[in-house]
Amino acid sequence: MALLRRYALPVVLIVVALLFPLWNSFLEETVDVNLMYPVIVITVYIMLALGLNIVVGFAGLLDLGFVAFYALGAYVVAWLASGHFRQVSVAFGTTATSITGEEVPGIHLSFWLVLVLAGAFTALCGVIIGAPTLRLRGDYLAIVTLGFGEIIPRFFQNGDDLGGFNLTNGTIGIKAIDSPGFPFLPDSLSAWQRFGTLELYPWFYTILVMVLVTIYVNVRLQDSRLGRAWISVREDETAAAAMGINPVTTKLWAYALGATFGGFAGAFYGAFIKNVFPTSFSFNVSIFILLMVVLGGMGNIYGVILGAIVLQGTNFFLLPQIKTWVNSIGEAVGNQALATVDIPKYSFFIFGIMLVLMMLFRPEGIIPNRQRAEELHDETGSGDAMGGAIRA
Amino acid sequence: MATGEVTKGRSGGLLESARASSWQTRIAVAVTALLLVLLFVQAVRDPAQFFSQLVIGVTNGAIIALVALGYTLVYGIIELINFAHGDNFMIGSFVGLTVLAGTFAGIGLFSPITGDSGAFLKVVGVLLALVVAMAVCGFVNVAIERVAYKPLRNSPRLAVLITAIGMSFILQNLGLIWKGPAQVAFPELVSSANILPTDAVVFRWKDLFVLGMTVPLLLGLSYFVRNTRQGKAMRAVAQDKEAASMVGINVNRTISITFLLGGILAGASGVMFGLFNGITVFNVGFFQGLYAFTAAVLGGIGNLTGAVVGGFLIGIISSMADQYIGVEWTSIVIFSVLVLVLVFRPRGLLGDRSAVQGGGS
Repeated sequence: MALLRRYALPVVLIVVALLFPLWNSFLEETVDVNLMYPVIVITVYIMLALGLNIVVGFAGLLDLGFVAFYALGAYVVAWLASGHFRQVSVAFGTTATSITGEEVPGIHLSFWLVLVLAGAFTALCGVIIGAPTLRLRGDYLAIVTLGFGEIIPRFFQNGDDLGGFNLTNGTIGIKAIDSPGFPFLPDSLSAWQRFGTLELYPWFYTILVMVLVTIYVNVRLQDSRLGRAWISVREDETAAAAMGINPVTTKLWAYALGATFGGFAGAFYGAFIKNVFPTSFSFNVSIFILLMVVLGGMGNIYGVILGAIVLQGTNFFLLPQIKTWVNSIGEAVGNQALATVDIPKYSFFIFGIMLVLMMLFRPEGIIPNRQRAEELHDETGSGDAMGGAIRA
Repeated sequence: MATGEVTKGRSGGLLESARASSWQTRIAVAVTALLLVLLFVQAVRDPAQFFSQLVIGVTNGAIIALVALGYTLVYGIIELINFAHGDNFMIGSFVGLTVLAGTFAGIGLFSPITGDSGAFLKVVGVLLALVVAMAVCGFVNVAIERVAYKPLRNSPRLAVLITAIGMSFILQNLGLIWKGPAQVAFPELVSSANILPTDAVVFRWKDLFVLGMTVPLLLGLSYFVRNTRQGKAMRAVAQDKEAASMVGINVNRTISITFLLGGILAGASGVMFGLFNGITVFNVGFFQGLYAFTAAVLGGIGNLTGAVVGGFLIGIISSMADQYIGVEWTSIVIFSVLVLVLVFRPRGLLGDRSAVQGGGS
């Protein structure tokens, strides 16, 4: 019975997620790209939110520059699986082939290898950024991460002429990134041999597996020695240090793990949209992911997933719908401003209000983590970290 | 003999302090010295260009310093990075623009003041724009504090920071709804003509205008914080809220007044930014705000003198980066300064002594 209670909900949710595309094709004759595309993006954001949840929810560090790792992951895929570096020609297990059978210019590695490399690279960057900064106090750390979150996309923007070397192709970005795929599969599984732009099921299942792995890691981390160390550092760093926990190492682990998942998500996203450009990695994205974590419930895995689904769902489905409603009302009453207003343009107005209201009335989120809720409602003192840490 | 001993003692002390300083400090000093030498070489090579750029830097620095004071005042008193402050600055520039256009919400109040208007009308227009913007921004800042920050005064500090970020987005999008996504032009009311007789170094009327408006504001603020009863109350609250309330200081009112002061400075700064640069845009507050925050941190957050020094330094650094590194790298340079200062010297150049000492000494 206890076993049932523990595993029933996750199993049901996983089965629903796995069967989702079947349900879709059951309802409609053809594959609905207009539905599958947003669903895949939502899933990418679930992964990002879970990555940020390790940093913000578990370790209590406010990271305002999470988009940097997302961008780094995407650029790693762009460098290692596209024709960008045409000076060289390296190919390994790739899906990219030329019709004439010649060597394809550029570095073309297998997506699966690149995915691992992207995770390792962003983890390394997380450690490099985190090592000197993590001893800072909470709000200073937030601003430093914000600084890095701005520096890295700007560097990509200006990186088309680094002493004559074109690293990032500037604002145009890197285009024509290779599709993932399993080239060794028989031809009967052509959709899986090389993921196509219209055949979205392989993409969906890939990111779903990636998210499930992320969730598994999150769940295991939560109850691990490291997870308990995060809680103690979050609540009182001095006391934790007195008990023999190294706060900097503990925080660094959170930062690096969060960065890794950000890198994975970025790598998948880069391959999925096939082009990366610096403008898609703005500060707004960092805040959007943060809002997912805050709205759903910091530190609660179900909550964070729900937050990502609700917010990206709002972005993709609800706001265009509201726009249609408002515009038709405007037309009916003859108000020009209402008839032409572009609601999705003001999405961050709505998200800003949500952020403020959540913090004012329910800082623990929709599905709270019990411990975090208690920390956030602790009125005895103003804490330093995201909850807890009463100052003397 | 005696002199020799003193000299020896001094040099010994210097050596000791050099030994005691960490490798980080030494590297920082070395890098700064190298950059200054490079800058000096450029200045010798083309002094006219260097000094013209320096003037622009100082003027921009004055605008940044006013915003930085808003960050530092608020941080000094409630230890909050008021993220919405930069967007309040943007609101200030929009209000100024609206006043100069003479219409509000479709109601024409007076004919727009443009570059062709008479000198008297221009002066009145600019002053009116400044006063209205200062009043509106002061009010907005107080309202934000009341609605969004006050209920969270006992919450974890980062919860308030998240609220401030939310408020920043709300203000930014209000600006977007108000004036649209494109850059909007300011009328050219202050002449861009060079005051100096030579063409070599450029010091325009605009520069004089900004500096001439900033100095009285800075002096006024300094007088207020040091010499008035309310300023004394502010310093007391910054030092210890509980003790301050025990001796009969109205803490809530004092915090509101601090936000009011910050808003007033941001409003003035916003209008001057628009008049100086000729344009403004809904998201100008994000970068200007971050530059100003960098200035506040560089000078030592909570330290009023520090914010002003930091503001001028950041203005000069950004204009030098514009000239000698490339405009597209300027924001990277400023953000790097922010990161480096926070990592290696989080208390800033002058130390974060909060508003307690009124800055300085």
